[in-house]
Amino acid sequence: MSEQDLRAAAASAVEQALALGATGAECTIASGSEFSVTVRLGQVEKLKEADSCGAGLRVLLGQRQGSSYTSDLSAEGIRQMVASAMEIARITEPDPFAGLPEADELGQLPQDLGLASELTISTAEKIDFAKRAEKAALAVDPRLTNSDGASFDSHTGVRVFANSRGFLGSYRSTYCSLSAVPVAKSDDRMERDYWYSIGRDHTRLESPEQIGRRAAERVLRRLGARKIATRQATVVFEPRTARSLVGHVFAAVTGDAIYRKSSFLLDKIGQTVAAPSVTIVDDPTLPGLFGSSPFDDEGVPGRRNLLIENGVLQTYLLHTYTARKLGLKTTGNASRGLTGSPGTGHGNLYLAAGELPPEELLRTVGTGLYVTELIGQGVNTVNGDYSRGASGIWIEDGVLTYPVTEVTVAGNLSEMLKNVLFIGNDLEFLGSTAAPTLAIGGMTISGVQ
Amino acid sequence: MSLSSSFFGSKFGITERDLDRYLAEALGRGADYADLYFEYLATSSITLDESIVKSATQGVSLGVGVRVIAGERTGYAYSDDLSPEKILKAAATAACIADAPAKVETVGLTPARQHDLYPVLRAPIDQPLEERVQFVKRADAAARGADARVIQVQCTYADSLRHVLVATSDGKLSFDRQPMARLNVSVLARQGDGTPQQGYSGGGGRVGLDYFTGASAPEAFAREAVRLAIVQLDATEAPAGESVVVLGPGWPGVLLHEAVGHGLEADFNRKGTSVFSGRVGQKVASELCTVIDDGTIDSRRGSLNVDDEANPTRQNVLIENGILRGYLTDELSARLTGGRSTGSGRRENYQHIPMPRMTNTFMLAGASTPEEIIRSVSKGIYCANFGGGQVDITNGNFVFSASESYLIEDGKLTRPVRGATLIGNGPEAMQYISMVGNDLKLDQGVGICGKDGQSVPVGVGIPTVRIDKMTVGGTARA
Repeated sequence: MSEQDLRAAAASAVEQALALGATGAECTIASGSEFSVTVRLGQVEKLKEADSCGAGLRVLLGQRQGSSYTSDLSAEGIRQMVASAMEIARITEPDPFAGLPEADELGQLPQDLGLASELTISTAEKIDFAKRAEKAALAVDPRLTNSDGASFDSHTGVRVFANSRGFLGSYRSTYCSLSAVPVAKSDDRMERDYWYSIGRDHTRLESPEQIGRRAAERVLRRLGARKIATRQATVVFEPRTARSLVGHVFAAVTGDAIYRKSSFLLDKIGQTVAAPSVTIVDDPTLPGLFGSSPFDDEGVPGRRNLLIENGVLQTYLLHTYTARKLGLKTTGNASRGLTGSPGTGHGNLYLAAGELPPEELLRTVGTGLYVTELIGQGVNTVNGDYSRGASGIWIEDGVLTYPVTEVTVAGNLSEMLKNVLFIGNDLEFLGSTAAPTLAIGGMTISGVQ
Repeated sequence: MSLSSSFFGSKFGITERDLDRYLAEALGRGADYADLYFEYLATSSITLDESIVKSATQGVSLGVGVRVIAGERTGYAYSDDLSPEKILKAAATAACIADAPAKVETVGLTPARQHDLYPVLRAPIDQPLEERVQFVKRADAAARGADARVIQVQCTYADSLRHVLVATSDGKLSFDRQPMARLNVSVLARQGDGTPQQGYSGGGGRVGLDYFTGASAPEAFAREAVRLAIVQLDATEAPAGESVVVLGPGWPGVLLHEAVGHGLEADFNRKGTSVFSGRVGQKVASELCTVIDDGTIDSRRGSLNVDDEANPTRQNVLIENGILRGYLTDELSARLTGGRSTGSGRRENYQHIPMPRMTNTFMLAGASTPEEIIRSVSKGIYCANFGGGQVDITNGNFVFSASESYLIEDGKLTRPVRGATLIGNGPEAMQYISMVGNDLKLDQGVGICGKDGQSVPVGVGIPTVRIDKMTVGGTARA
């Protein structure tokens, strides 16, 4: 279906809901084409290609609301979706804060955000990119004896949103990504790691050779890892692991967490919650980046929100419902899939870069653990408890020395934010969340006796 | 069941001739094998928050996936439109993975052998919404009534009904109707103006609404969630460092899922990227350990009458008395390694390529009583409940996060400690299991397993076990 047809389908769903007695309605449609190819040991292993679409509808019956979704965008499919939402809304109960954004809150950013590009690359070239990345990885060192493959993925999509307050908007987006996952073996112990690049089209990716080499370097530096003794130490998160910490801050400042009193940052607006060097921003208006969009999933234009400025908590991130619950205005952070009611999402969420090049940061830290991988879900953003599996490299005399494995790093997010000692200058966006190298003092590393 | 009386035959008029034609198209470029996966999925969910039924959702998705195998290569395409033109187009797209004259022909389809593990007459999703909405209301009332320190309650009831048809180029045809229901209760408790603490409980399975009674009543899940939150109010910092660890029965079986289960999935082992690769016949756990993956248990969340490649699920012995017996295979890994599928080929939905996956993974009971096991520990930690876990199958390191734990001092449980992640190395940690209890218990039915971007429902189980050494990731000096 064309973008025009999808817009018409969304508008029609909203109209039909009103005709059946809804007092408000909003419809989201997503349509897209996906491609992915994985090459392993020089041969194509998997190739997948398909188009898909889906629609989601939320209806309001006064202060009650229900929603429905469908993968069938035919006139009959839309009709059934509307009937289904109307049916299920009747079992919900009045919620005084339920509703759509006010008409004057709706709108979209006027500028071109550079979300879509022409994907002109052929299937043969995509396969070649993946082959080159894997080959480059395995060529780095004879200990790289195996591979979990290299993949090229691409996606083009259209997202449409319409509501009964007169909003109708749509935008196209594209992306490509290339990744490599080599495996190395030494002394009977295997390790794997990965590197990837992402861009609106393939011309903006790192070269396949560079991706392969970076992946290989990451695997090789894990070989010969040791367990270390339990201790208190400074932990340095490299950008790939540091960005997860920004994600935990996000979870704690969503309006949903705040009105449910489920956040370690509850009632902390205007207070110092982090070291003075810490500034965290959410900005969906940055051109070309992967968290950008002209409007949020309720039709409210995105805007730059300062979450933490120089260590002081400035705002929560809100959509219409949570804003009303808290007596505030939406910050344009509604996010939803096709099913259910809106939740809170973010645009380009990042911790602002500091001054120190990463090498200098390590020199300044002197001794500690440089964490290159975190596993597990041991993060509780209600009470701030933090405990995750980690591997990385031990820092001694200000330089990276031997690899470390099978340890945990633990602390409490409230203290960790205040104990940020140094921030690197190496902020890079490889997705919608980003952070530079980050050193946090006073963490507990659990290992052997 | 015949095709014409099946869901897809009767509702969408799919005939054997159609299936043949699609498979022939998929094989047309010289493939070894092809299959079709038709899926119709209806879901609904009801959410209560602040004692208000705030939202409810229902919907349907429908589609067909076409998979083609040529040697080690897999081609995949799908369509969310069941018109013959769209399915033929998907088949032609997937067929491109092969590049040779056609060599395999389709054979006549015969219904596959399959179980009847969830003969739920009326699927929960087909029952009146008014009946299902009562579950979240009852759970809310019970949670709020259980303790005055409860300040927030959230309950979600969700159910689904999936109809699946699989047809394969080697002649297998399967139909399955897969009901699922689940109730979750999450509470927050607070003592005075102290830090709020969370508690979470839930359960379900491939069951009818009558499941939610007695020990599985909404009130029971609510009280359990409250109990867990209240315990946390008095919890102190968890220890840091190596410790004797005792796992309680049931959900702590997530240990097996992470420490050995994923590492025994045949795709990793065929490629030699798992820490367990090439180790069949070797000792990978203490001789007290027998670990089974069983997709054939009645009504369980991880069970399937037939897997997503038309192979019946089985009871697969992974580790027997500490010796590695075999891997979990799907059709592709079975073809490439010359074995038979263990009925472990699963996929999230029609948009995904099947992979070897776990179903219900558990350890057989041993001889010790739980009391004996706790009494044997002079200093250690007892973990009764966990959140999720994760594993790096290549180096074998795994974690799982304890959500309810107690210190063991001089053979007795003393005080509760806060959440902490436990980390170990699969084959190593399994060697440290020195006592296995006689109290095998399966989890309540809320498990979700993620792999390569695909989520599938699973179950776990374990008796009380003693692990002589694991690293506990707390913050208190041991």
